[in-house]
Amino acid sequence: MAISSQSAKNLGSKVLIRPNSQTKGIVSWLTTVDHKRLGIMYLVASFLFLFTATIESSLIRTQLIRPNNTFLSPEIFNQMFTLHGVTMVFLAIMPMGTGFANFLVPLMIGARDLAFPRLNAFGFWIYIAGATLFYSSIFLGGAPNAGWFAYAPLTSLSANPGHGIDFYMIGLFLAGMGTLATAMNVIVTIISMRAPGMTLWRMPMFIWMVLITMFLILFAFPPFTIALVQVIMDRSFGSLFYVPEQGGMPILWQHLFWIFGHPEVYIIVLPAFGAISEVIPAFSRKPLSGYPIMVFSGMSIGFMGFAVWAHHMFTTGLGPYGEMAFAVTSFVIGVPTGAKIFNWVMTMWGGKIRLTTSMLFAIGFIVTFVMGGITGIMVAISSLDAQINSSYFLVAHFHYAMGGGALLGFMAGFYYWFPKFTGKMLSEKVGRFVFALIAVGFHTVFFPQHFLGLMGMPRRIQTYADGYGFNTLNLISTLGSYIALVGACLLAYDIIVTMRSKDRKAPNDPWDARSLEWSIPSPPPVHDFDTTPVVVGQDTFWLEKYPQFKNISKQEESEIAKLAKESDKHGIHMPGASWWPLITSVALFFGGYSIIFDNILLGIIMAGLLIFSVHAWAFEGVGGYYVTVDNDGGKK
Amino acid sequence: MSMTSHGYRSSNIKDPKLLMWIFLASDCMFFGSLIGTYLVYRGRSLVGPYPQDLFDIPLTTISTFVLLMSSFLMVMALYYLRKNKIQSFRLATFGVIIFGSIFLGFQVFEFSHFAHEGLTLQQNLFGSSFYVLTGTHGIHVAIGVLWLISLLITSYIRPMTSKDEVYLDVAALYWHFVDIVWIVIFTVVYLIEFI
Ligand SMILES: [Cu+2]
Repeated sequence: MAISSQSAKNLGSKVLIRPNSQTKGIVSWLTTVDHKRLGIMYLVASFLFLFTATIESSLIRTQLIRPNNTFLSPEIFNQMFTLHGVTMVFLAIMPMGTGFANFLVPLMIGARDLAFPRLNAFGFWIYIAGATLFYSSIFLGGAPNAGWFAYAPLTSLSANPGHGIDFYMIGLFLAGMGTLATAMNVIVTIISMRAPGMTLWRMPMFIWMVLITMFLILFAFPPFTIALVQVIMDRSFGSLFYVPEQGGMPILWQHLFWIFGHPEVYIIVLPAFGAISEVIPAFSRKPLSGYPIMVFSGMSIGFMGFAVWAHHMFTTGLGPYGEMAFAVTSFVIGVPTGAKIFNWVMTMWGGKIRLTTSMLFAIGFIVTFVMGGITGIMVAISSLDAQINSSYFLVAHFHYAMGGGALLGFMAGFYYWFPKFTGKMLSEKVGRFVFALIAVGFHTVFFPQHFLGLMGMPRRIQTYADGYGFNTLNLISTLGSYIALVGACLLAYDIIVTMRSKDRKAPNDPWDARSLEWSIPSPPPVHDFDTTPVVVGQDTFWLEKYPQFKNISKQEESEIAKLAKESDKHGIHMPGASWWPLITSVALFFGGYSIIFDNILLGIIMAGLLIFSVHAWAFEGVGGYYVTVDNDGGKK
Repeated sequence: MSMTSHGYRSSNIKDPKLLMWIFLASDCMFFGSLIGTYLVYRGRSLVGPYPQDLFDIPLTTISTFVLLMSSFLMVMALYYLRKNKIQSFRLATFGVIIFGSIFLGFQVFEFSHFAHEGLTLQQNLFGSSFYVLTGTHGIHVAIGVLWLISLLITSYIRPMTSKDEVYLDVAALYWHFVDIVWIVIFTVVYLIEFI
């Protein structure tokens, strides 16, 4: 393998030395534009936040372990459930999907990076900037305390004079910018950079689900961002959007929030659907059942996701027709979701099932998600919702959908792709215990909460009086959260042991799997593919291994091979590392503080730095170097 | 061997251009939410001044016309760059920058005039929703002007390449979009008051 470097003299490299392919250590991580490294950084960050949010939930559950408990004060309790919700939704599960997508999208479509590698790095750093800013609130006067959906006018300056809410608004504004940038990047990548022969109908299901997710982000995040801006304007510049005394309508926040918030549920869960759709066929040794149905149901979930938001607002007085319309759309959206469940079950039907840890999580996902779906249909009945709205029934429902759905799905994906990410195999033996602890713990926490909700226990209360019959179920629920926490610790322990051990090397294709990422070494080399892959059908790597299943004419195959060969002619271009995505994020990060603390000077300096770094970024160019792979030194 | 060879392409559209189309789709939702907010709060201000007291349709028509003409010049700039007529390209781009700046000047004038008449961000719901909507649009125009200035300066520093053509194409897409958004704002914010 030969590397030829290209150096360019330009604005960017005059100010800061641009790292090249020889750069090592921390600098190479700070400036990396490699989708694999960024993917791993996303996963590490999101797992750290997942762990943080799990600890926060254990603290919440500890407070609720018995009546009249005083473990957490009401104010701290409010901050804790806000931190838990925001961390889980925005800082843990969603970036986890982005992390999987970052690492896997190029590998599964046979590309060598995302379309805009530096934009990808920016997406990651601004997510870290937003998360850091959000969490710094703990040390700067108290965390936000208005819940993850931060309803107006709870967030108004008169109701909430501290800075906590500002950290919520600006932290999520920054993180949202990164989410949007990465979504656009991934869409371009999937549309324009698929390997020869990979038509849309040959894309792995994970890629389809990621593509739909990214479109959802594209249309769902703007309303939320505007709502955030309006509250920032209200709090920092004195506008009146959510000031009821001046005619402002708090209900507008709810609309803008839930127009985003319901699609957000699918933004979180669709990548997990995608992961499941890869895991189940691999461990059933069968192709995914009903591929086109899976694609179309994904699309209709995406479209319908924008037509159901007001089911979160049944008790705000929509009127009978509004309630009926949104109840009906909410029932209808269950149909494509059900179609997916059937297809996963049909994929397993008659397959040679291997119960690896990954597959156990996948099956756990199906069972748990179905339960979340059934309670979902229940809360979509607007008359019933009036009874159980804001009760623990709802808490149980959405944890079954998001925690049991998305999280167990991602865990299946995590165990499945871990060998590809790191080149090491997690212990299957320990994995069984991790699965058992997390699954049992999860259901022990949340199953009793259905009954607590039906008995009338409201969510978000710091404590409850003795004698309502809440005591036993709360105790069980809290004990469950400790079981799940032990599972999370065991997983963390196994990851550390695995990464340190020398003898757990993963082969290229440990699962006898189906898609392109398994055709290259684990972990993949920096340029991913030695030669541009030739895609001959759905599950193209499987067809390469078992050519008897191929269903493609010799002529078409040779034409695709010719295209692949032609695109290898010019060598492999690797994009250059860059400081500017990081510096741009830093400018926005401190710019955020300038708004929170009304510091005009800091704001002006950061605006200047922002304009400068964007220009440096633009004029620096893609840069990079070329990799040429010797014919004999290639595969094997 | 070009710096842009990223391997096989599965679509014919250039990456930056596709990115801009996707961004604009998203930007529609940004402006949609802002315009939606404006319309929801229309007529709900508890105190004046109200839109009819302030809007000066002939003046805003002129600034709208200026912005429309800048789009026309943008088309010319792209045309000349494709024909490799650099001098004409520079002239047309300069024209877009000037027209964009005139539009921004009108907006600054309008804002200060309104503020003088008592409409501030803090005055009433009309002030809040009006300034945030038109201000966001103004920031879009300002970013476009800055972008074109950078491209114009680039054309003096080094020879323009086919890549710059893509960048100008992308900038033009952005510019036309911002222009179209203004037409919508002009209609649903200004003209609607006088129907
Ligand atoms: Cu919903």
